[in-house]
Amino acid sequence: MSLAWLLRRVALTLYTLAIVSLLVFGITQVLPADAATVLLGEAATPDQLAALRVRLGLNDPVWVQYGRWLGGVLAGDLGTSLRTGQRVVDVVFEALGRSLLLAALSISLMLLIAVPMGTLAATRRGRPADVAVSILSYVGVSLPEFVSATVLLLVLADWLKLLPATGYVPLTEDFGAGLAHLALPTLTVSVILVAHVSRMVRSELVDVLHSDYVRAARLKGLPERRVLLRHALRNALLPTITIVALDVGYLLGGIIVVEEIFAIPGIGRLLIVSIQARDLPMIQAGALVMAATYSVANFLADIAYALLDKRIQYV
Amino acid sequence: MRLLRTPQGLIGAIIVALVVVMVIFGPWIAPYSPEGLAPLNRYKPPNALYWLGTDQYGRDILSRLLHGARATVVLAVIATSAATLMGALIGTTSAFLGGRIDEAIMRTIDAVMSVPTLLMALLIVSALGKSGTNAVLAIAIAGTPGMARITRSVALAVRQQDYVNAALARGETAAFVVLREMLPNVVAPIVIEWTIRIAFAVMVFATLSFLGLGAQPPAPEWGLMVSEARKFMHLSLWMILWPSLAIAFVAIGFNLLGDGLRDALNPRT
Repeated sequence: MSLAWLLRRVALTLYTLAIVSLLVFGITQVLPADAATVLLGEAATPDQLAALRVRLGLNDPVWVQYGRWLGGVLAGDLGTSLRTGQRVVDVVFEALGRSLLLAALSISLMLLIAVPMGTLAATRRGRPADVAVSILSYVGVSLPEFVSATVLLLVLADWLKLLPATGYVPLTEDFGAGLAHLALPTLTVSVILVAHVSRMVRSELVDVLHSDYVRAARLKGLPERRVLLRHALRNALLPTITIVALDVGYLLGGIIVVEEIFAIPGIGRLLIVSIQARDLPMIQAGALVMAATYSVANFLADIAYALLDKRIQYV
Repeated sequence: MRLLRTPQGLIGAIIVALVVVMVIFGPWIAPYSPEGLAPLNRYKPPNALYWLGTDQYGRDILSRLLHGARATVVLAVIATSAATLMGALIGTTSAFLGGRIDEAIMRTIDAVMSVPTLLMALLIVSALGKSGTNAVLAIAIAGTPGMARITRSVALAVRQQDYVNAALARGETAAFVVLREMLPNVVAPIVIEWTIRIAFAVMVFATLSFLGLGAQPPAPEWGLMVSEARKFMHLSLWMILWPSLAIAFVAIGFNLLGDGLRDALNPRT
Protein backbone atom coordinates (compact mmCIF):
# COMPACT_ATOMS: atom_id res chain seq x y z
CA MET A 1 0.00 0.00 0.00
CA SER A 2 1.72 3.16 -1.15
CA LEU A 3 1.20 6.65 0.23
CA ALA A 4 0.01 7.85 -3.19
CA TRP A 5 -2.69 5.18 -3.27
CA LEU A 6 -3.79 6.05 0.25
CA LEU A 7 -3.98 9.77 -0.55
CA ARG A 8 -5.98 9.04 -3.69
CA ARG A 9 -8.36 6.87 -1.70
CA VAL A 10 -8.78 9.63 0.92
CA ALA A 11 -9.43 12.17 -1.83
CA LEU A 12 -12.07 9.86 -3.34
CA THR A 13 -13.80 9.51 0.02
CA LEU A 14 -13.84 13.30 0.43
CA TYR A 15 -15.24 13.70 -3.10
CA THR A 16 -17.92 11.15 -2.27
CA LEU A 17 -18.88 13.02 0.89
CA ALA A 18 -19.05 16.31 -1.05
CA ILE A 19 -21.39 14.81 -3.67
CA VAL A 20 -23.51 13.23 -0.95
CA SER A 21 -23.86 16.56 0.86
CA LEU A 22 -24.96 18.20 -2.41
CA LEU A 23 -27.48 15.42 -3.02
CA VAL A 24 -28.94 15.52 0.47
CA PHE A 25 -29.18 19.31 0.45
CA GLY A 26 -30.55 19.37 -3.10
CA ILE A 27 -33.27 16.81 -2.50
CA THR A 28 -34.39 18.35 0.78
CA GLN A 29 -34.66 21.76 -0.90
CA VAL A 30 -37.58 20.39 -2.93
CA LEU A 31 -39.55 19.60 0.24
CA PRO A 32 -43.05 21.08 -0.11
CA ALA A 33 -42.95 22.98 3.19
CA ASP A 34 -40.01 25.18 4.12
CA ALA A 35 -38.61 25.66 7.60
CA ALA A 36 -40.67 28.78 8.25
CA THR A 37 -43.97 27.02 7.52
CA VAL A 38 -43.04 24.08 9.74
CA LEU A 39 -41.94 26.33 12.62
CA LEU A 40 -44.97 28.62 12.60
CA GLY A 41 -47.60 26.05 11.68
CA GLU A 42 -50.83 26.46 9.74
CA ALA A 43 -52.07 29.54 11.60
CA ALA A 44 -49.17 31.81 10.61
CA THR A 45 -49.91 35.05 8.80
CA PRO A 46 -48.03 35.82 5.56
CA ASP A 47 -46.23 38.69 7.34
CA GLN A 48 -44.93 36.45 10.10
CA LEU A 49 -43.79 33.89 7.51
CA ALA A 50 -41.98 36.51 5.46
CA ALA A 51 -40.23 37.92 8.55
CA LEU A 52 -39.09 34.49 9.69
CA ARG A 53 -37.86 33.62 6.18
CA VAL A 54 -35.68 36.72 6.22
CA ARG A 55 -34.36 35.87 9.68
CA LEU A 56 -33.55 32.24 8.66
CA GLY A 57 -32.00 33.39 5.39
CA LEU A 58 -34.45 31.35 3.31
CA ASN A 59 -34.61 34.08 0.65
CA ASP A 60 -30.89 33.86 -0.09
CA PRO A 61 -29.80 32.09 -3.30
CA VAL A 62 -29.71 28.29 -2.93
CA TRP A 63 -25.93 28.08 -3.18
CA VAL A 64 -25.52 30.61 -0.37
CA GLN A 65 -27.80 28.49 1.80
CA TYR A 66 -25.84 25.37 0.83
CA GLY A 67 -22.56 27.09 1.73
CA ARG A 68 -23.96 28.18 5.09
CA TRP A 69 -25.24 24.66 5.82
CA LEU A 70 -21.99 22.98 4.73
CA GLY A 71 -19.95 25.44 6.78
CA GLY A 72 -22.08 24.51 9.79
CA VAL A 73 -21.63 20.79 9.11
CA LEU A 74 -17.85 21.17 8.89
CA ALA A 75 -17.81 23.11 12.14
CA GLY A 76 -19.86 20.35 13.78
CA ASP A 77 -23.06 22.39 13.88
CA LEU A 78 -26.00 20.64 12.24
CA GLY A 79 -28.61 23.16 13.35
CA THR A 80 -31.55 22.74 15.68
CA SER A 81 -34.53 20.45 15.25
CA LEU A 82 -37.66 22.18 13.97
CA ARG A 83 -39.75 19.67 15.90
CA THR A 84 -38.17 19.59 19.34
CA GLY A 85 -35.71 22.49 19.30
CA GLN A 86 -32.88 20.18 20.43
CA ARG A 87 -29.39 20.43 18.97
CA VAL A 88 -29.34 18.11 15.94
CA VAL A 89 -25.73 16.97 16.51
CA ASP A 90 -26.51 15.54 19.94
CA VAL A 91 -29.68 13.76 18.84
CA VAL A 92 -28.20 12.34 15.64
CA PHE A 93 -25.04 10.97 17.22
CA GLU A 94 -26.88 9.48 20.17
CA ALA A 95 -29.19 7.70 17.70
CA LEU A 96 -26.26 6.70 15.50
CA GLY A 97 -24.61 4.99 18.47
CA ARG A 98 -27.64 2.74 18.99
CA SER A 99 -27.82 1.96 15.26
CA LEU A 100 -24.11 1.12 15.10
CA LEU A 101 -24.55 -1.29 17.99
CA LEU A 102 -27.37 -2.98 16.09
CA ALA A 103 -25.24 -3.00 12.92
CA ALA A 104 -22.20 -4.48 14.68
CA LEU A 105 -24.29 -7.21 16.29
CA SER A 106 -25.93 -8.00 12.94
CA ILE A 107 -22.64 -8.23 11.08
CA SER A 108 -21.15 -10.48 13.77
CA LEU A 109 -24.17 -12.78 13.80
CA MET A 110 -24.19 -12.80 10.00
CA LEU A 111 -20.52 -13.87 9.83
CA LEU A 112 -21.10 -16.57 12.46
CA ILE A 113 -23.87 -18.07 10.31
CA ALA A 114 -22.87 -17.21 6.75
CA VAL A 115 -19.25 -18.45 6.76
CA PRO A 116 -20.03 -21.97 8.02
CA MET A 117 -23.08 -22.11 5.71
CA GLY A 118 -21.06 -21.11 2.65
CA THR A 119 -18.26 -23.51 3.60
CA LEU A 120 -20.72 -26.36 4.06
CA ALA A 121 -22.27 -25.69 0.65
CA ALA A 122 -18.91 -25.38 -1.13
CA THR A 123 -17.47 -28.58 0.32
CA ARG A 124 -20.63 -30.55 -0.48
CA ARG A 125 -21.24 -29.15 -3.93
CA GLY A 126 -24.34 -30.57 -5.64
CA ARG A 127 -25.35 -32.63 -2.59
CA PRO A 128 -28.44 -32.09 -0.43
CA ALA A 129 -26.65 -29.72 1.99
CA ASP A 130 -25.64 -27.47 -0.92
CA VAL A 131 -29.16 -27.47 -2.35
CA ALA A 132 -30.62 -26.69 1.08
CA VAL A 133 -28.26 -23.74 1.58
CA SER A 134 -29.06 -22.50 -1.91
CA ILE A 135 -32.85 -22.67 -1.30
CA LEU A 136 -32.44 -20.92 2.04
CA SER A 137 -30.45 -18.13 0.45
CA TYR A 138 -33.04 -17.63 -2.31
CA VAL A 139 -35.75 -17.31 0.34
CA GLY A 140 -33.52 -15.03 2.41
CA VAL A 141 -32.77 -12.52 -0.34
CA SER A 142 -36.42 -12.45 -1.39
CA LEU A 143 -37.90 -11.53 1.99
CA PRO A 144 -38.16 -7.80 2.64
CA GLU A 145 -37.15 -6.93 6.23
CA PHE A 146 -40.68 -6.07 7.22
CA VAL A 147 -41.84 -9.57 6.29
CA SER A 148 -39.02 -11.42 8.09
CA ALA A 149 -39.45 -9.11 11.08
CA THR A 150 -43.14 -9.98 11.27
CA VAL A 151 -42.50 -13.72 10.95
CA LEU A 152 -39.78 -13.69 13.62
CA LEU A 153 -41.94 -11.53 15.88
CA LEU A 154 -44.85 -13.94 15.57
CA VAL A 155 -42.84 -17.10 16.13
CA LEU A 156 -40.23 -16.08 18.71
CA ALA A 157 -42.08 -13.43 20.68
CA ASP A 158 -45.77 -14.29 20.32
CA TRP A 159 -45.88 -18.08 20.19
CA LEU A 160 -42.73 -19.27 21.94
CA LYS A 161 -42.47 -16.20 24.21
CA LEU A 162 -38.68 -16.50 24.03
CA LEU A 163 -37.90 -12.86 23.36
CA PRO A 164 -39.45 -9.48 24.10
CA ALA A 165 -41.39 -8.14 21.12
CA THR A 166 -40.50 -4.46 20.76
CA GLY A 167 -38.85 -1.65 22.65
CA TYR A 168 -35.35 -0.63 23.58
CA VAL A 169 -33.42 -0.97 26.85
CA PRO A 170 -29.95 0.63 26.97
CA LEU A 171 -27.21 -1.93 27.58
CA THR A 172 -25.74 0.29 30.30
CA GLU A 173 -28.99 0.17 32.22
CA ASP A 174 -29.69 -3.58 32.10
CA PHE A 175 -27.28 -5.58 29.99
CA GLY A 176 -29.33 -8.78 29.81
CA ALA A 177 -32.64 -7.10 29.03
CA GLY A 178 -30.88 -4.81 26.54
CA LEU A 179 -29.45 -7.75 24.62
CA ALA A 180 -32.79 -9.57 24.70
CA HIS A 181 -34.49 -6.54 23.16
CA LEU A 182 -31.85 -6.35 20.44
CA ALA A 183 -32.09 -10.06 19.56
CA LEU A 184 -35.08 -9.93 17.20
CA PRO A 185 -33.92 -6.79 15.34
CA THR A 186 -30.44 -8.30 14.94
CA LEU A 187 -31.88 -11.56 13.60
CA THR A 188 -34.10 -9.70 11.15
CA VAL A 189 -31.32 -7.54 9.75
CA SER A 190 -29.08 -10.62 9.42
CA VAL A 191 -31.47 -12.63 7.24
CA ILE A 192 -30.77 -10.87 3.92
CA LEU A 193 -27.07 -10.45 4.74
CA VAL A 194 -26.64 -14.14 5.58
CA ALA A 195 -28.35 -15.15 2.34
CA HIS A 196 -26.13 -12.83 0.34
CA VAL A 197 -22.78 -13.45 2.02
CA SER A 198 -23.14 -17.25 2.30
CA ARG A 199 -23.57 -17.31 -1.49
CA MET A 200 -20.41 -15.22 -1.93
CA VAL A 201 -18.40 -17.42 0.47
CA ARG A 202 -19.60 -20.52 -1.38
CA SER A 203 -18.64 -19.29 -4.85
CA GLU A 204 -15.26 -17.90 -3.70
CA LEU A 205 -14.45 -21.10 -1.86
CA VAL A 206 -15.44 -23.28 -4.82
CA ASP A 207 -12.95 -21.31 -6.95
CA VAL A 208 -10.20 -21.50 -4.34
CA LEU A 209 -10.68 -25.25 -3.81
CA HIS A 210 -9.85 -25.74 -7.48
CA SER A 211 -6.65 -23.69 -7.30
CA ASP A 212 -3.14 -25.06 -7.58
CA TYR A 213 -2.02 -24.22 -4.07
CA VAL A 214 -4.92 -26.12 -2.55
CA ARG A 215 -4.04 -29.12 -4.71
CA ALA A 216 -0.41 -28.71 -3.62
CA ALA A 217 -1.46 -28.63 0.04
CA ARG A 218 -3.49 -31.80 -0.44
CA LEU A 219 -0.66 -33.55 -2.30
CA LYS A 220 1.68 -32.62 0.53
CA GLY A 221 -0.53 -34.91 2.59
CA LEU A 222 -2.07 -32.26 4.86
CA PRO A 223 -5.33 -33.33 6.48
CA GLU A 224 -8.40 -31.99 4.62
CA ARG A 225 -9.49 -30.00 7.65
CA ARG A 226 -6.20 -28.10 7.72
CA VAL A 227 -6.27 -27.53 3.96
CA LEU A 228 -9.74 -26.10 4.25
CA LEU A 229 -9.24 -23.89 7.27
CA ARG A 230 -5.64 -22.75 6.86
CA HIS A 231 -5.28 -22.58 3.08
CA ALA A 232 -8.62 -22.33 1.31
CA LEU A 233 -10.90 -20.42 3.66
CA ARG A 234 -8.39 -17.69 4.44
CA ASN A 235 -8.11 -16.73 0.80
CA ALA A 236 -11.79 -17.20 0.07
CA LEU A 237 -12.70 -14.80 2.87
CA LEU A 238 -10.61 -11.90 1.54
CA PRO A 239 -13.02 -10.83 -1.23
CA THR A 240 -15.82 -11.30 1.30
CA ILE A 241 -14.51 -8.25 3.19
CA THR A 242 -15.35 -6.06 0.20
CA ILE A 243 -18.76 -7.69 -0.19
CA VAL A 244 -19.58 -7.13 3.47
CA ALA A 245 -18.59 -3.47 3.14
CA LEU A 246 -20.82 -3.06 0.08
CA ASP A 247 -23.59 -4.83 1.97
CA VAL A 248 -23.47 -2.08 4.59
CA GLY A 249 -25.77 -0.29 2.14
CA TYR A 250 -28.40 -3.02 2.48
CA LEU A 251 -27.69 -3.13 6.17
CA LEU A 252 -28.48 0.58 6.61
CA GLY A 253 -31.69 0.20 4.59
CA GLY A 254 -32.63 -2.80 6.71
CA ILE A 255 -31.90 -0.88 9.89
CA ILE A 256 -34.32 1.88 8.89
CA VAL A 257 -37.17 -0.62 8.59
CA VAL A 258 -36.21 -2.73 11.59
CA GLU A 259 -35.86 0.24 13.94
CA GLU A 260 -39.27 1.45 12.86
CA ILE A 261 -40.87 -1.96 13.48
CA PHE A 262 -39.17 -2.74 16.79
CA ALA A 263 -39.31 0.83 18.09
CA ILE A 264 -35.55 1.25 18.53
CA PRO A 265 -34.61 4.94 18.86
CA GLY A 266 -31.79 4.73 16.31
CA ILE A 267 -30.96 6.85 13.29
CA GLY A 268 -33.38 5.03 10.97
CA ARG A 269 -36.39 5.67 13.17
CA LEU A 270 -35.21 9.24 13.73
CA LEU A 271 -35.12 9.70 9.97
CA ILE A 272 -38.64 8.35 9.41
CA VAL A 273 -40.08 10.44 12.25
CA SER A 274 -38.29 13.51 10.84
CA ILE A 275 -39.56 12.85 7.33
CA GLN A 276 -43.11 12.58 8.59
CA ALA A 277 -42.72 15.78 10.64
CA ARG A 278 -40.84 17.54 7.80
CA ASP A 279 -38.03 18.32 10.24
CA LEU A 280 -35.58 19.59 7.63
CA PRO A 281 -32.30 19.92 9.59
CA MET A 282 -32.86 16.49 11.15
CA ILE A 283 -33.55 14.82 7.77
CA GLN A 284 -30.43 16.40 6.28
CA ALA A 285 -28.20 15.43 9.18
CA GLY A 286 -29.59 11.89 9.44
CA ALA A 287 -29.18 11.19 5.73
CA LEU A 288 -25.71 12.74 5.64
CA VAL A 289 -24.51 10.74 8.62
CA MET A 290 -25.91 7.49 7.18
CA ALA A 291 -24.27 7.97 3.79
CA ALA A 292 -21.02 9.03 5.45
CA THR A 293 -21.07 5.84 7.53
CA TYR A 294 -21.31 3.83 4.33
CA SER A 295 -18.42 5.68 2.64
CA VAL A 296 -16.21 5.32 5.68
CA ALA A 297 -17.03 1.59 5.94
CA ASN A 298 -15.98 1.11 2.34
CA PHE A 299 -12.83 3.17 2.83
CA LEU A 300 -11.84 1.03 5.83
CA ALA A 301 -12.65 -2.19 3.94
CA ASP A 302 -10.40 -1.14 1.06
CA ILE A 303 -7.56 -0.45 3.47
CA ALA A 304 -8.10 -3.75 5.30
CA TYR A 305 -8.08 -5.56 1.97
CA ALA A 306 -4.87 -3.84 0.88
CA LEU A 307 -3.18 -4.68 4.18
CA LEU A 308 -4.32 -8.31 4.24
CA ASP A 309 -3.81 -9.31 0.63
CA LYS A 310 -0.08 -9.40 0.09
CA ARG A 311 -0.53 -10.28 -3.58
CA ILE A 312 -1.97 -6.89 -4.43
CA GLN A 313 0.28 -3.86 -4.62
CA TYR A 314 -1.66 -0.64 -4.84
CA VAL A 315 0.36 2.04 -6.56
CA MET B 1 -34.57 -23.33 -24.52
CA ARG B 2 -31.42 -23.39 -22.41
CA LEU B 3 -33.21 -21.33 -19.77
CA LEU B 4 -35.60 -24.14 -18.86
CA ARG B 5 -32.81 -26.70 -18.41
CA THR B 6 -31.54 -25.37 -15.09
CA PRO B 7 -33.81 -25.84 -12.06
CA GLN B 8 -33.55 -22.10 -11.24
CA GLY B 9 -34.54 -21.10 -14.76
CA LEU B 10 -37.44 -23.51 -14.90
CA ILE B 11 -38.96 -22.65 -11.51
CA GLY B 12 -38.31 -18.94 -12.06
CA ALA B 13 -39.99 -19.01 -15.47
CA ILE B 14 -43.04 -20.83 -14.06
CA ILE B 15 -43.43 -18.40 -11.15
CA VAL B 16 -42.99 -15.32 -13.34
CA ALA B 17 -45.48 -16.74 -15.88
CA LEU B 18 -47.99 -17.20 -13.04
CA VAL B 19 -47.36 -13.64 -11.89
CA VAL B 20 -47.91 -12.33 -15.42
CA VAL B 21 -51.23 -14.22 -15.59
CA MET B 22 -52.19 -12.70 -12.23
CA VAL B 23 -51.31 -9.21 -13.39
CA ILE B 24 -53.21 -9.46 -16.67
CA PHE B 25 -56.25 -11.48 -15.65
CA GLY B 26 -56.26 -10.94 -11.86
CA PRO B 27 -59.14 -8.45 -11.72
CA TRP B 28 -61.30 -10.79 -13.84
CA ILE B 29 -60.46 -13.92 -11.88
CA ALA B 30 -61.07 -12.20 -8.55
CA PRO B 31 -64.33 -13.55 -7.06
CA TYR B 32 -65.19 -10.33 -5.15
CA SER B 33 -64.56 -6.61 -5.34
CA PRO B 34 -61.26 -5.66 -3.65
CA GLU B 35 -63.02 -2.92 -1.71
CA GLY B 36 -66.37 -4.63 -1.10
CA LEU B 37 -67.09 -4.46 2.65
CA ALA B 38 -68.83 -7.31 4.47
CA PRO B 39 -69.05 -6.30 8.15
CA LEU B 40 -70.52 -9.66 9.15
CA ASN B 41 -67.64 -11.63 7.66
CA ARG B 42 -64.61 -10.03 9.28
CA TYR B 43 -61.35 -11.84 10.20
CA LYS B 44 -62.54 -15.07 8.58
CA PRO B 45 -59.96 -17.82 8.16
CA PRO B 46 -59.76 -19.45 4.72
CA ASN B 47 -63.03 -21.22 3.86
CA ALA B 48 -65.09 -22.35 0.89
CA LEU B 49 -66.54 -18.86 0.29
CA TYR B 50 -63.39 -16.84 0.90
CA TRP B 51 -60.47 -19.03 -0.16
CA LEU B 52 -57.84 -17.00 1.67
CA GLY B 53 -60.10 -15.49 4.33
CA THR B 54 -61.21 -11.90 4.93
CA ASP B 55 -59.64 -8.82 6.52
CA GLN B 56 -60.72 -6.31 9.17
CA TYR B 57 -63.49 -4.89 6.97
CA GLY B 58 -64.57 -8.29 5.67
CA ARG B 59 -62.88 -7.70 2.32
CA ASP B 60 -61.87 -10.84 0.45
CA ILE B 61 -58.10 -11.24 0.72
CA LEU B 62 -57.75 -13.29 -2.48
CA SER B 63 -59.51 -10.60 -4.50
CA ARG B 64 -57.35 -7.90 -2.95
CA LEU B 65 -54.17 -9.84 -3.76
CA LEU B 66 -55.30 -10.41 -7.35
CA HIS B 67 -56.12 -6.73 -7.81
CA GLY B 68 -53.00 -5.65 -5.94
CA ALA B 69 -50.70 -7.61 -8.27
CA ARG B 70 -50.97 -4.74 -10.72
CA ALA B 71 -50.16 -2.09 -8.14
CA THR B 72 -47.20 -4.02 -6.76
CA VAL B 73 -45.62 -5.83 -9.68
CA VAL B 74 -46.36 -3.52 -12.61
CA LEU B 75 -45.11 -0.46 -10.76
CA ALA B 76 -41.92 -2.32 -9.78
CA VAL B 77 -41.38 -3.33 -13.42
CA ILE B 78 -41.94 0.25 -14.60
CA ALA B 79 -39.52 1.64 -12.01
CA THR B 80 -36.85 -0.93 -12.86
CA SER B 81 -37.25 -0.39 -16.57
CA ALA B 82 -36.89 3.36 -16.19
CA ALA B 83 -33.78 2.88 -14.03
CA THR B 84 -32.39 0.43 -16.59
CA LEU B 85 -32.95 2.79 -19.51
CA MET B 86 -31.40 5.77 -17.76
CA GLY B 87 -28.54 3.71 -16.37
CA ALA B 88 -27.83 2.04 -19.70
CA LEU B 89 -27.71 5.40 -21.43
CA ILE B 90 -25.35 6.93 -18.85
CA GLY B 91 -23.17 3.81 -18.66
CA THR B 92 -22.81 3.38 -22.40
CA THR B 93 -22.10 7.06 -22.94
CA SER B 94 -19.49 7.06 -20.18
CA ALA B 95 -17.74 4.01 -21.64
CA PHE B 96 -17.86 5.54 -25.10
CA LEU B 97 -16.38 8.87 -24.01
CA GLY B 98 -13.66 7.14 -21.99
CA GLY B 99 -10.65 8.82 -20.36
CA ARG B 100 -11.06 11.62 -17.84
CA ILE B 101 -14.76 12.19 -18.48
CA ASP B 102 -15.49 8.50 -17.93
CA GLU B 103 -13.44 8.61 -14.73
CA ALA B 104 -15.31 11.69 -13.50
CA ILE B 105 -18.73 10.21 -14.32
CA MET B 106 -17.93 6.92 -12.61
CA ARG B 107 -16.51 8.49 -9.45
CA THR B 108 -19.66 10.60 -9.21
CA ILE B 109 -21.82 7.50 -9.73
CA ASP B 110 -19.90 5.76 -6.94
CA ALA B 111 -20.52 8.75 -4.71
CA VAL B 112 -24.24 8.74 -5.46
CA MET B 113 -24.33 5.02 -4.72
CA SER B 114 -23.06 5.63 -1.22
CA VAL B 115 -26.58 6.75 -0.36
CA PRO B 116 -28.34 3.44 0.37
CA THR B 117 -31.22 2.71 -2.04
CA LEU B 118 -33.92 2.77 0.60
CA LEU B 119 -32.59 6.01 2.11
CA MET B 120 -32.48 7.63 -1.34
CA ALA B 121 -36.03 6.47 -2.03
CA LEU B 122 -37.17 7.80 1.37
CA LEU B 123 -35.57 11.19 0.70
CA ILE B 124 -37.13 11.48 -2.75
CA VAL B 125 -40.56 10.44 -1.51
CA SER B 126 -40.31 12.92 1.36
CA ALA B 127 -39.48 15.67 -1.12
CA LEU B 128 -42.16 14.83 -3.68
CA GLY B 129 -44.87 13.74 -1.25
CA LYS B 130 -46.05 10.25 -0.45
CA SER B 131 -47.86 8.40 -3.23
CA GLY B 132 -47.49 5.31 -5.36
CA THR B 133 -46.33 7.31 -8.39
CA ASN B 134 -43.65 9.13 -6.42
CA ALA B 135 -42.47 5.82 -4.96
CA VAL B 136 -41.99 4.53 -8.52
CA LEU B 137 -40.03 7.65 -9.43
CA ALA B 138 -37.92 7.31 -6.29
CA ILE B 139 -37.07 3.67 -6.99
CA ALA B 140 -36.23 4.50 -10.60
CA ILE B 141 -33.86 7.30 -9.60
CA ALA B 142 -32.31 5.27 -6.78
CA GLY B 143 -31.65 2.35 -9.12
CA THR B 144 -30.08 4.35 -11.94
CA PRO B 145 -26.46 4.67 -10.72
CA GLY B 146 -26.05 0.93 -10.07
CA MET B 147 -27.39 0.15 -13.51
CA ALA B 148 -25.08 2.74 -15.10
CA ARG B 149 -22.10 1.12 -13.44
CA ILE B 150 -22.92 -2.36 -14.71
CA THR B 151 -23.69 -1.18 -18.23
CA ARG B 152 -20.44 0.72 -18.35
CA SER B 153 -18.29 -2.29 -17.51
CA VAL B 154 -20.05 -4.35 -20.18
CA ALA B 155 -19.86 -1.50 -22.67
CA LEU B 156 -16.14 -1.04 -22.06
CA ALA B 157 -15.59 -4.58 -23.31
CA VAL B 158 -17.76 -3.89 -26.35
CA ARG B 159 -15.95 -0.60 -26.99
CA GLN B 160 -12.80 -2.59 -27.88
CA GLN B 161 -14.59 -4.56 -30.58
CA ASP B 162 -13.69 -4.09 -34.24
CA TYR B 163 -17.19 -3.18 -35.36
CA VAL B 164 -17.17 -0.16 -33.06
CA ASN B 165 -13.83 0.99 -34.45
CA ALA B 166 -15.16 0.36 -37.93
CA ALA B 167 -18.17 2.60 -37.26
CA LEU B 168 -15.89 5.30 -35.89
CA ALA B 169 -13.62 4.96 -38.94
CA ARG B 170 -16.65 5.36 -41.21
CA GLY B 171 -17.13 8.73 -39.53
CA GLU B 172 -20.42 7.90 -37.80
CA THR B 173 -21.65 10.34 -35.15
CA ALA B 174 -21.13 9.59 -31.45
CA ALA B 175 -24.89 9.16 -30.97
CA PHE B 176 -25.03 6.58 -33.77
CA VAL B 177 -22.13 4.58 -32.36
CA VAL B 178 -23.57 4.57 -28.85
CA LEU B 179 -27.17 3.83 -29.80
CA ARG B 180 -26.87 1.60 -32.86
CA GLU B 181 -23.56 -0.22 -32.43
CA MET B 182 -22.83 -0.45 -28.71
CA LEU B 183 -26.22 -0.52 -26.95
CA PRO B 184 -27.63 -3.61 -28.76
CA ASN B 185 -24.56 -5.62 -27.78
CA VAL B 186 -24.76 -4.90 -24.09
CA VAL B 187 -28.40 -6.03 -23.93
CA ALA B 188 -27.98 -9.59 -22.59
CA PRO B 189 -26.23 -8.72 -19.30
CA ILE B 190 -28.60 -5.80 -18.85
CA VAL B 191 -31.64 -8.05 -19.23
CA ILE B 192 -30.26 -10.36 -16.53
CA GLU B 193 -29.67 -7.43 -14.19
CA TRP B 194 -33.10 -6.01 -15.01
CA THR B 195 -34.78 -9.27 -13.99
CA ILE B 196 -32.97 -9.49 -10.65
CA ARG B 197 -33.60 -5.82 -9.94
CA ILE B 198 -37.35 -6.27 -10.44
CA ALA B 199 -37.27 -8.60 -7.43
CA PHE B 200 -35.48 -5.90 -5.45
CA ALA B 201 -37.86 -3.18 -6.67
CA VAL B 202 -40.91 -5.22 -5.61
CA MET B 203 -39.36 -5.43 -2.15
CA VAL B 204 -38.44 -1.74 -1.92
CA PHE B 205 -41.85 -0.67 -3.23
CA ALA B 206 -43.62 -2.90 -0.71
CA THR B 207 -41.31 -1.56 2.02
CA LEU B 208 -42.13 2.06 1.15
CA SER B 209 -45.84 1.26 1.24
CA PHE B 210 -45.32 -0.60 4.51
CA LEU B 211 -43.71 2.52 5.99
CA GLY B 212 -46.72 4.55 4.83
CA LEU B 213 -44.74 6.40 2.15
CA GLY B 214 -45.86 4.52 -0.96
CA ALA B 215 -49.35 3.39 -1.98
CA GLN B 216 -52.07 4.84 0.27
CA PRO B 217 -55.16 3.09 1.75
CA PRO B 218 -57.47 1.58 0.63
CA ALA B 219 -55.25 0.49 -2.28
CA PRO B 220 -54.76 -3.30 -2.26
CA GLU B 221 -50.97 -2.90 -2.50
CA TRP B 222 -49.28 -5.88 -0.83
CA GLY B 223 -46.84 -4.01 1.42
CA LEU B 224 -49.66 -1.78 2.59
CA MET B 225 -51.80 -4.86 3.28
CA VAL B 226 -49.06 -6.28 5.53
CA SER B 227 -48.73 -2.96 7.31
CA GLU B 228 -52.51 -2.72 7.99
CA ALA B 229 -52.73 -6.39 8.98
CA ARG B 230 -50.08 -5.93 11.68
CA LYS B 231 -52.60 -4.14 13.88
CA PHE B 232 -54.90 -7.16 13.73
CA MET B 233 -52.18 -9.79 14.03
CA HIS B 234 -53.79 -11.26 17.15
CA LEU B 235 -57.22 -11.53 15.56
CA SER B 236 -56.20 -13.17 12.31
CA LEU B 237 -52.82 -14.42 11.15
CA TRP B 238 -54.05 -15.09 7.64
CA MET B 239 -54.37 -11.38 6.90
CA ILE B 240 -50.66 -10.86 7.35
CA LEU B 241 -49.56 -14.22 5.96
CA TRP B 242 -50.96 -14.05 2.43
CA PRO B 243 -49.61 -10.68 1.25
CA SER B 244 -46.22 -11.49 2.84
CA LEU B 245 -46.12 -14.78 0.95
CA ALA B 246 -47.18 -13.04 -2.25
CA ILE B 247 -44.29 -10.56 -2.01
CA ALA B 248 -41.76 -13.32 -1.27
CA PHE B 249 -43.19 -15.47 -4.07
CA VAL B 250 -42.77 -12.74 -6.70
CA ALA B 251 -39.29 -11.78 -5.48
CA ILE B 252 -38.11 -15.41 -5.46
CA GLY B 253 -39.53 -15.91 -8.96
CA PHE B 254 -37.66 -12.97 -10.46
CA ASN B 255 -34.44 -13.85 -8.59
CA LEU B 256 -34.55 -17.43 -9.90
CA LEU B 257 -35.39 -16.29 -13.42
CA GLY B 258 -32.49 -13.84 -13.38
CA ASP B 259 -30.01 -16.51 -12.27
CA GLY B 260 -31.45 -18.94 -14.81
CA LEU B 261 -31.03 -16.35 -17.56
CA ARG B 262 -27.45 -15.73 -16.45
CA ASP B 263 -26.64 -19.42 -16.85
CA ALA B 264 -28.49 -19.66 -20.17
CA LEU B 265 -27.01 -16.51 -21.73
CA ASN B 266 -23.46 -17.00 -20.48
CA PRO B 267 -21.53 -18.57 -23.35
CA ARG B 268 -18.83 -19.91 -21.05
CA THR B 269 -21.04 -22.40 -19.23
